[in-house]
Amino acid sequence: MSAVVGLARGLMTTLRSMFGKPITVQYPEQKLPVTRRFKGRHFLDRYENGLEKCIGCALCAAACPANAIFVEASENTDEERFSPGERYASTYEINMLRCIFCGYCEDACPTEAIVLGDNYELSFTDRKSAIYTKEMLIVPVPENGKPTPQEIEPGTFTRSIPVMQDPED
Amino acid sequence: MGQLISLEIDGNKVQVPAGTLVVDAARKAGVDIPVFCYHPKMEPVGMCRMCLVEIGRPQMNRDTGELERNEDGSYVIQFGPKLETGCTEVVSEGMVVRGMTDEVSRARKDIIEFLLTSHPLDCPVCDKGGECSLQNLTMEFGSGDGRFLYDEKKHFSKHVPLGELIYLDRERCIQCGRCVRFQDEIVDDAVIGFEGRGRSLKIVTYSEPGFDSYYSGNTTDICPVGALTTSDFRFGARPWEMKAVASVCTHCPVGCNLTLNVRRENKSGGDFVVKRVLPRQNEAVNEIWICDKGRFAHHYASSEDRLTQPLVRVDGELTPASWDEALELVAKRFKEAGSDLLTLASGRISNEDLFNLRSLSDHLGGSTALYSEMAGGDLVAQVGVGQGSNFSNLGPETTIFVVASNLEEEAPLYWLRVKQAAERGAKLIVANPRHTKTERLASHVLRYPYGGEAALVLALTNSLSTKRIDLPNEFREIERSREIQAAAKDFAEADNAIILFGNEGTGLQTSRHLAQACANLLIITGHTGKANNGLIAVWQRANTQGAWDMGFRPAADLIETVRSKQALYIAAADPAGDDPNFVEAIKTTGFIVVQELFLTETAKLADVVLPAQAFIEREGTLTNGERRVQRFYTAVPERLQTRPDYSITAQISQLVGLELEDKHPFRVMEQIAAQIPDYSDVSYEKVSAVVEQWPIIGRSDLYYGGTTYENSQGLGYQLQPAAQKGQPVSLEAVQLEEFDSGGEAGLVAVPVTVLYDRGQMVIPADLLHQRIPEPYVVVHPESIAHLGLIDGAHVRLDISGIEVDVVAHLDETIPQDVLLVPRSMGIPIHGPTPVEIAVVEQAVT
Repeated sequence: MSAVVGLARGLMTTLRSMFGKPITVQYPEQKLPVTRRFKGRHFLDRYENGLEKCIGCALCAAACPANAIFVEASENTDEERFSPGERYASTYEINMLRCIFCGYCEDACPTEAIVLGDNYELSFTDRKSAIYTKEMLIVPVPENGKPTPQEIEPGTFTRSIPVMQDPED
Repeated sequence: MGQLISLEIDGNKVQVPAGTLVVDAARKAGVDIPVFCYHPKMEPVGMCRMCLVEIGRPQMNRDTGELERNEDGSYVIQFGPKLETGCTEVVSEGMVVRGMTDEVSRARKDIIEFLLTSHPLDCPVCDKGGECSLQNLTMEFGSGDGRFLYDEKKHFSKHVPLGELIYLDRERCIQCGRCVRFQDEIVDDAVIGFEGRGRSLKIVTYSEPGFDSYYSGNTTDICPVGALTTSDFRFGARPWEMKAVASVCTHCPVGCNLTLNVRRENKSGGDFVVKRVLPRQNEAVNEIWICDKGRFAHHYASSEDRLTQPLVRVDGELTPASWDEALELVAKRFKEAGSDLLTLASGRISNEDLFNLRSLSDHLGGSTALYSEMAGGDLVAQVGVGQGSNFSNLGPETTIFVVASNLEEEAPLYWLRVKQAAERGAKLIVANPRHTKTERLASHVLRYPYGGEAALVLALTNSLSTKRIDLPNEFREIERSREIQAAAKDFAEADNAIILFGNEGTGLQTSRHLAQACANLLIITGHTGKANNGLIAVWQRANTQGAWDMGFRPAADLIETVRSKQALYIAAADPAGDDPNFVEAIKTTGFIVVQELFLTETAKLADVVLPAQAFIEREGTLTNGERRVQRFYTAVPERLQTRPDYSITAQISQLVGLELEDKHPFRVMEQIAAQIPDYSDVSYEKVSAVVEQWPIIGRSDLYYGGTTYENSQGLGYQLQPAAQKGQPVSLEAVQLEEFDSGGEAGLVAVPVTVLYDRGQMVIPADLLHQRIPEPYVVVHPESIAHLGLIDGAHVRLDISGIEVDVVAHLDETIPQDVLLVPRSMGIPIHGPTPVEIAVVEQAVT
């Protein structure tokens, strides 16, 4: 008797699952939202006018425990301006094979230029394509912005790094 | 060192020489008292107040005059009512210094807070970030937040050019005055200064072009913040990203110790590149300074124009070939030439390279020649400065005699060291046909006509010796002058005497006589074979002394020597580029091999061109003017197919049946030690040895003396001259050339040296182009009065059978009837030469 009861109980669970709401999603057609503090693929942000937030300070590279970031800086001029400060990153590369997505780069960034986003779909067919260059990392130019390099009226940007509204933030 | 003083600093007992400052004593005790304005090489000023400490001194009983003691026998220490600046206080017996009390911490915190009131938050992009005193000390002693309003920070202009080499950021400046004091006190080029008061105080330059000093780069090292930065390294890399490699400067015979900062760079296609050059402390050579040529002219080594593969002439054209092909061809032809092979090398390459070149030549029975317009290396080996010589130790007991040298142009750091010795009280005798900067501190200034340098030294010798040597008529008066007598007396009576002879206006012959006359003077006065005594040659290249030591000698008539040979092996020399007269002579030889960095004029004539490695790509040793053998290290991987010189020569010699070392220069050095008696006690181990340097600068904490590097990879090894080894040195008669003092004979062109010339090692540094002049000559207006020239006119020179167009500058301070021709400016000159001058175009007034 008890064997029949046990069997029925077990099948009850199966029956409930059959008519309940399914947990699985049809990835990749269907995707689940990630949590607010999820750390996915990085992107390099821009200001509204299209200038890059990154000033090429390489503090992200210094903070990186996996040595995944390589930055090389160059100087802005008013004819060819990439960022509001004196310098910008002429080379910015992240080796996604090395990256451990700890987010230290984001913490280290003084201008909130590098942000870890939602994208977790990173796949490569060879090692070289695991190196994400600046062109791959930087976000598209915002609607009202202009692409970089921009030609800017001399004297518009005179600071070494863009003035931050609240440095304690 | 004098009397030792005992004191206690934060519980550490330390003994230091009397006269030491508290901050230096603390450094010795292993305690850091933070400083901004103080620099151990300069007089303290106590401007920044960062070094405030509590200082207590033993209390004295006013009745007895004795120091009061506690019951346990220790001194009763009385502390002052206020904090004192450790950088201006001299240590005294029994002193107690406290740097860790609450009061001191509070003071430091306040000072930092004040300094930061308007200091911008530039650290992320500042070139000094990561090696900045202000950053380090703020982290260590500053408070976490400021009480001043962020929005009320004063803003000043940024990126202000003080010259094209050095930029000022006014906001970052903390007004410590290190740069201004360095230019005033240390190098005596007061071209920058403070202007204004208080907040508006700023650093300005008074010179045209801006910051016109050969030492300007040093101010960026000692700047405790990022106020002064070089344009060469602007945004180059963050300091922590670069690898530091020890090296030695290859531009002049001083042999300044360098640190090369190396990083992989995307702009250079992922190659390792030298991002900047910094000094490396060596108190016996360059202290912690280097000149701007050493700092900025390193670009030749990484130039795009470098040769990268062997070239062999096929059907009249130089075409790329493999190493095997090229080496086999060279070996075959050298073997055929045998004794008709001439190996011509300059002192630009290392001892190991020169030794191998010499060995190959000897094996084949060929001859060698040194590409140099200066002679006397054999005399330096005999009566050169003794082992243990150090300009830093020279004081009132010393006389330094500088003859025929515009020292600052020829070897800036020698000038700096001679100047400092003179300031410590050493007597300085300067003999030169025209005014030079060296004279500023001279006790005796002697003038002589160009070509008469040896005669002048003989005139000095005559006044000391009973055996008079007859001098030309022009020198009768000079010989009897009181100035000569006084100078000779100072020279003879000094405990230590050093002679530096240079190449102002001399050619090979005159240089030979000059060197001999100098050596004789040293022997007669007994100033040989001891430390801080002897002869120093201010060579034109970094390792000419090494080349002499390896057995290379200049040929009396190089063009004729070249012409008489059937095969030529030229390493690191460009005779055809320096003088077109060589072209034809070189062409007459049957087979020409050129081992070079660049496709020079000489290389264009070659049958085989072998690409050599630059000093940054390999190891080796250089022997400087004081015969100090110093080692440089590999900084970057070799470029494509280049090979080091010693290795190329060894590979050729292996094909002709002589086993030479081609793997590592330290094994070549073992052979040098075995075969060259002067180098018998030299080894890579010895040249890489270090002892603690004083003052203590350049430790990893960086903030004490600036960004100079600590020397951990070798102070070099100074050779003993023959006189010091007890070998006899003998006087040799000095021959005097028939000399032509111009006048009726017309203008005589004399070669002079300028620091920034148009040589292959300077031109690739684009940054220096504004400082490198167009080819020019200098002449006294009276000497060419008949031409009616205006300063800056274009003239055509007819010199050594070649016509060259140059700019003529007029200068009333130089002697008449001579034309000063800078070397390496594209004007062929090897010594005093008759010259014709004609106007091409007058300058626009």
